[in-house]
Amino acid sequence: MYNEKLVADLEDKARKLRRNVIVSMGVGFAGHIGGSFSSADMVAALYFHKLRHDPENKKMAERDRFLLSKGHVAILQYSALAEAGYFPVEDLVNTKRIDSYLQGHPDVLKTPGIEAGTGSLGQGLSIGLGMAMGLKMDGLDSKVYVLMGDGEQQEGQIWEAAMAATVYNTDNLVGIVDCNKLQATGPICERFDAGDIRHKWESFGWNTIEINGHDMKEILWALDETDKRNGKPTVIIMNTVKGKGLSFAENVVSYHNGMLSKENYDKAMAELS
Amino acid sequence: MEYTNQREAYGSTLVELGKVNRNIVILDADLGGSTRGKLFEENFPDRHVEMGIAEANMTSVAAGLAQTGKIPFVNTFAVFASGRAYDQIRQTIAIGKLNVKICGSSAGVSDFGDGSTHQSVEDVAIMRAIPNMTVLCPADANETVKAVRALAEYDGPCYIRLNRNDYPNVTSPDEPFQIGVPSILKEGSDVVLFATGYMLTLAMEAASKLEGRVSVKVVNISTIKPLDQVRIKELVKGAKGVVTAEEHSIVGGLGSAIAEALRLERMPVEFVGIQDCFGRSAHSYGDILKYQNLTTERVVEAIETIVSLQ
Repeated sequence: MYNEKLVADLEDKARKLRRNVIVSMGVGFAGHIGGSFSSADMVAALYFHKLRHDPENKKMAERDRFLLSKGHVAILQYSALAEAGYFPVEDLVNTKRIDSYLQGHPDVLKTPGIEAGTGSLGQGLSIGLGMAMGLKMDGLDSKVYVLMGDGEQQEGQIWEAAMAATVYNTDNLVGIVDCNKLQATGPICERFDAGDIRHKWESFGWNTIEINGHDMKEILWALDETDKRNGKPTVIIMNTVKGKGLSFAENVVSYHNGMLSKENYDKAMAELS
Repeated sequence: MEYTNQREAYGSTLVELGKVNRNIVILDADLGGSTRGKLFEENFPDRHVEMGIAEANMTSVAAGLAQTGKIPFVNTFAVFASGRAYDQIRQTIAIGKLNVKICGSSAGVSDFGDGSTHQSVEDVAIMRAIPNMTVLCPADANETVKAVRALAEYDGPCYIRLNRNDYPNVTSPDEPFQIGVPSILKEGSDVVLFATGYMLTLAMEAASKLEGRVSVKVVNISTIKPLDQVRIKELVKGAKGVVTAEEHSIVGGLGSAIAEALRLERMPVEFVGIQDCFGRSAHSYGDILKYQNLTTERVVEAIETIVSLQ
């Protein structure tokens, strides 16, 4: 269904994004590897295939919007923005430095291509809903994609937004839930299990799609499914592995926000080359 | 027309602005009848958004609307606007300097019947502490009309605090209004009385009671933040001292802002305000004002305290 070259190219982009994340972290500084790597395939598909955007015309009204509600994986978004041409890839090494425009969490005033400030979990979907409503008011057919975490589903505001989105028929709004099954302090099923998330979204009136978040063909299919406007917003529930693509970080809780030794840095760069 | 209620002035002015500015969008959380957002809904149903009883979501939605070029006004009671949606305001709107107007309606003790849960004694302190935030507290309905017009022109995050009750205007509709500029209602030389919101009415009464005994300069501070510290120092030059009057806690409100401005001056400052306590239900606005010691007599007493220090 999807041409093999596109799929291979996007898989390559995802590998580059993971590599950029490692570069932007460097040695000896904490960074959110786990959630960056679980979302990397989806983010690659969005920035290098699905999103209507133009780094040369960043503010064009007709652009699609991508919001990182799980703002702690900003380094993943920076990696994608740099790779897409919003700013030099070489600047990624300066992430979080005192004089850098690349902050620990997305900052709308400091970083080109960031659409909203996020970091306090649970708010991105509401901001995206506001954008979706504003775009509809202006008669624009642009879409708004909001990437959330599965731990983030514990925030009540998400369900306020879920409710409001169906009231206003924002079928230009797409929620994406990265279900990597780990939160900062342990497995979600042991810490604070929100239960059957897909059923919850369905009961709020959303279209729901469930995929393997590391299968590029499934990702592309799911994103195209969201183009079928039926008056309802759509959520893509993607099953992922936290730390996916880095042998020593996969499913390891401490890599939610971990630090790399010189040895592990070199190992990561070798695995991702 | 001249209004005698800030909420009515607010809702009607938004309708007037909505006719000429298609970007203005109003959000309510099931309190549109009270905030008077309802007036906008009746006139422009497509640009009034009912967000249900969910203030946090409403506030973040406003941030998203602002990011698509809209000028959102978020309405709810001041306690909820500043308390329940604090994090949403801070994280996305204030840090990003987004063009969102937050209206804290039924502010101070003006919702006398509903009691402590609905009376905002700390909203100004909360909003004033947020970087990038502008905080307005118009004195009466006349000034509310001008403040709302100014807000629509101003690009950035702003909080406006409004009273629930009817009372006669103390400011003139012809007086020019500019965000950040204090206005002198009465000249005087002994004591400078800075007042905000409804307390300006009581401040004028207090100054007139002291006429012939103490010369009181009455200054309306309807922009609590940003406060022009140089201008405040100029206004108090030569005076014996300063009194501030606000329908808000003495912690973090107008009094604190004035004291901060005068921190290097050798000048006593006395506060008239709520003594760091919650309110309670009352049958009338007058009863709760009296309970919180927000009276003309208390303002007179504060002025006399300053004079007695000499």
